[in-house]
Amino acid sequence: MQYQLKINGESRTVEAEPGTPLLWVLRDGLELTGTKFGCGVAYCGACTVHIDGYPTRSCQTFIEDAVDSEITTIEGATDKIAQAVQAAWREKDVVQCGWCQSGQIMSAIGLLTENPKPTDDEIKEYMYGNACRCVTYVRINEAIKLASEKLEA
Amino acid sequence: MTINVSRRGFMIGSAAGTAALLVGVNAKGVLAAGSGVAAATDLNPFVKIDADGTVTVIIKHFEMGQGTTTGLTTLVAEELDADWATVQTAFAPADNERYANLFFHAQGTGGSTSIANSFMQYREAGAAARDLLVRAAAQNWGVDASSITVENGMLKSGGNSGHFGEFVAIAATLEAVEKPTVKTPDQFKLIGSDKLHRKDNTDKTNGTAIFAMDVNLPGMIYAAIMRSPKFGGTVTSFDDTASKDVAGFIAAQILPNKAGVVAFGKNTWAAFQARDALSVEWDFSQAETRSTDAMIADHKALLDAPQFDANHEVPLASVEPLLANATKTIDAEFTFPFLAHAPLEPENCIIEPTENGVRLHDGCQFPTLTRPMVAAALGLEPSQVEIRTLYAGGSFGRRANGASDYNVEAAMAFAVSGRKVPVKLVWSREDDIRGGYYRPMAVHRAKIGLDSDGKIIGWDHRMAVKSIMKGGPMEGMVQDGIDPTSVEGVTESLYTIPNHGIGLSDFQTPTPILWWRSVGHTHTGYVMETLMDMLATETGQDPIEMRLAMLDPAGTNQARMTEAIKLVREISGWEKGDKRGFAAHLSFNTCVAVVADVTVEDTSVHVNKLFMAVECGVAVNPDVIRAQMEGGAGYALCAAFRNEITLTDGEVDQFNFPDYELLRNAEMPAIEVAIVQSNNAPTGVGEPGVPPTAPAVANAIFAKTGKRITDLPMTKAGFDFV
Repeated sequence: MQYQLKINGESRTVEAEPGTPLLWVLRDGLELTGTKFGCGVAYCGACTVHIDGYPTRSCQTFIEDAVDSEITTIEGATDKIAQAVQAAWREKDVVQCGWCQSGQIMSAIGLLTENPKPTDDEIKEYMYGNACRCVTYVRINEAIKLASEKLEA
Repeated sequence: MTINVSRRGFMIGSAAGTAALLVGVNAKGVLAAGSGVAAATDLNPFVKIDADGTVTVIIKHFEMGQGTTTGLTTLVAEELDADWATVQTAFAPADNERYANLFFHAQGTGGSTSIANSFMQYREAGAAARDLLVRAAAQNWGVDASSITVENGMLKSGGNSGHFGEFVAIAATLEAVEKPTVKTPDQFKLIGSDKLHRKDNTDKTNGTAIFAMDVNLPGMIYAAIMRSPKFGGTVTSFDDTASKDVAGFIAAQILPNKAGVVAFGKNTWAAFQARDALSVEWDFSQAETRSTDAMIADHKALLDAPQFDANHEVPLASVEPLLANATKTIDAEFTFPFLAHAPLEPENCIIEPTENGVRLHDGCQFPTLTRPMVAAALGLEPSQVEIRTLYAGGSFGRRANGASDYNVEAAMAFAVSGRKVPVKLVWSREDDIRGGYYRPMAVHRAKIGLDSDGKIIGWDHRMAVKSIMKGGPMEGMVQDGIDPTSVEGVTESLYTIPNHGIGLSDFQTPTPILWWRSVGHTHTGYVMETLMDMLATETGQDPIEMRLAMLDPAGTNQARMTEAIKLVREISGWEKGDKRGFAAHLSFNTCVAVVADVTVEDTSVHVNKLFMAVECGVAVNPDVIRAQMEGGAGYALCAAFRNEITLTDGEVDQFNFPDYELLRNAEMPAIEVAIVQSNNAPTGVGEPGVPPTAPAVANAIFAKTGKRITDLPMTKAGFDFV
């Protein structure tokens, strides 16, 4: 079946079966491989994208439920908040293996969009669903704080 | 002066028509330079400099997050005086001879050796390249080489200046010095600098970093495998009727080794769906059919009569009579579960046909092992197997596999697919959690005898664990029946322990096991450091003072450990009677000491802060070292808190992250890492942060509750972690 999706500001046509997780449409169908597969059960957050601006697990989002929405993946995360988050990630040298980091960054952008000055506890709570097997959490939290400060300045 | 005619001829010949300078080691194992395709084949270049001045460091190790690309680049850029910000990196091809890990004599990454084995090799390559460029510039400008200064990729002499690229054509015609002069530590600008950012910083934050699972090739089909639910089972028959209802299903086939059935699909999702719909009949006659409790009991039975004496100087039999005279004994038994590595990028591998054979796309940790294994599976020569190494989304030991299990699976899938189109094998998370190659289950039993003064008179230490090395490509490391990875951390304890008898028995199971970040030290470090804490409690000593007194200052590593312990004592403000936990352990030639601060409310434990001090020789990238200590500590906490793989009638009970929970953001304690200033040769940092962390937390829980935790994970002792 053919679907029209709005991804990163563009209209994309893709062939997929109903019930296919958006994750695999992005990765295999559209070669937007910045969004990662980690668990398939919405338990690790590696597949986080924005759907209508809200961080969402693409492994548990069926393609048919995404057709009328604005989808943003890491490749399309280019607004001011995204840039601040990415710059902070680099400044703090957050990444290790990197597999979870697209999802972490998409969640962090969501957090700072909703709450420009999160407290430490708010960061930890918001980011709970994004697992990092390399355990870069200390730096993730520092980077979110830094991005928040930079955006405020 | 003797001129190596053939070498010189080759370099002049290859210089024509190309402009990039390549510096590496030639077939004779000496540094050499050249240019163009011929040099790329005849040398193993470590550094390439293009005519536009771009410097590319060729990375012989793979990058799983441990920071190798940054580390090896630092070594070259330091000696080359390159512009750090613009230096590029590229992974080396599979080549056993030219890109060997100098400690393994094979191409591979592991044992926290990347920086340690490359430290001089990569620096000398950088220094040789610098020397060539300086001589080329001197020739070009008609000045004395000694008048030239090099900084940030620019050469200068008087009024002359130019970037590296301007001199590569001439440099490629010059003879490289075989033993270039490298900098002295006081000349370092990049080594030891805290200002360098990771080289994989940008592409891993904007979605452009390419991992194996991200590779999409024209015409590629996708594969998922149904494996035996019990380890060691084989396929007798299968029915794919239900798979045929899955849109995008292509076909299903039994793997040639009968270990499973592969389902092919037009995309990953179709392959997963079709695989899940297969109905397979298994032969379990050779399979593991025990449950965890029975396996623990079988380990314990092995402790009664150890097969091997791992301390040749002190046979266990000589310790038993000594213990009979003890005034007091400390007795403890420890159990450790199977653990999955669970790298966040599940195992996957792409194989595509080439004119000559095949090309693998893989986050390949051990090309030396993988190449012949894949070749054998396909009836090819190793030289027909090309490996494109990509970023690996974690490993923690999982990808360094003597069986190259998932690569060989991909090869078998490619073989049964007809070998015409690229095949991408993808594991689901369930495949990963349930797929074996675990940290082995282990059981220890110790009896420490003390005299009336509280001095140790004998120490009977026994362990049962399945050998990682026996039956694998590293079996040669086994001596007198003793697999060093089973006993490391006990046999090489830094403490002065009189009459330390060490018994080992090999547990047998078809359950495949593997090294897991810090290998044997994952259990031996926990046991030794918990026992040391018990000893301190029993004898009324400060845990730190007692350990310092047991470290002979004449021993090199004992002296290093003493420094690490004193540093962590200082940064943590440790005092006598401290209600925090302490542990210290040497692994992979690196000393790490940890102080853990925990809060316990009823049975709920929160780790507030970890203080860590590390002695790893020259700190090449201090921030990468800190990151590895942070990550190693977090990896250890996750397992110690609650991870275990258990079996019921041979079948794994866990499926995915809901029942094999990763450490979460809010659970990670604050952490402070201090690095001992050292001029010793650099040692590893990827693994050594793991072993002392869990016992430091366990000792802290004891300090707060009086409860010893000897069965892991800690949830078994009734604690939960918040």
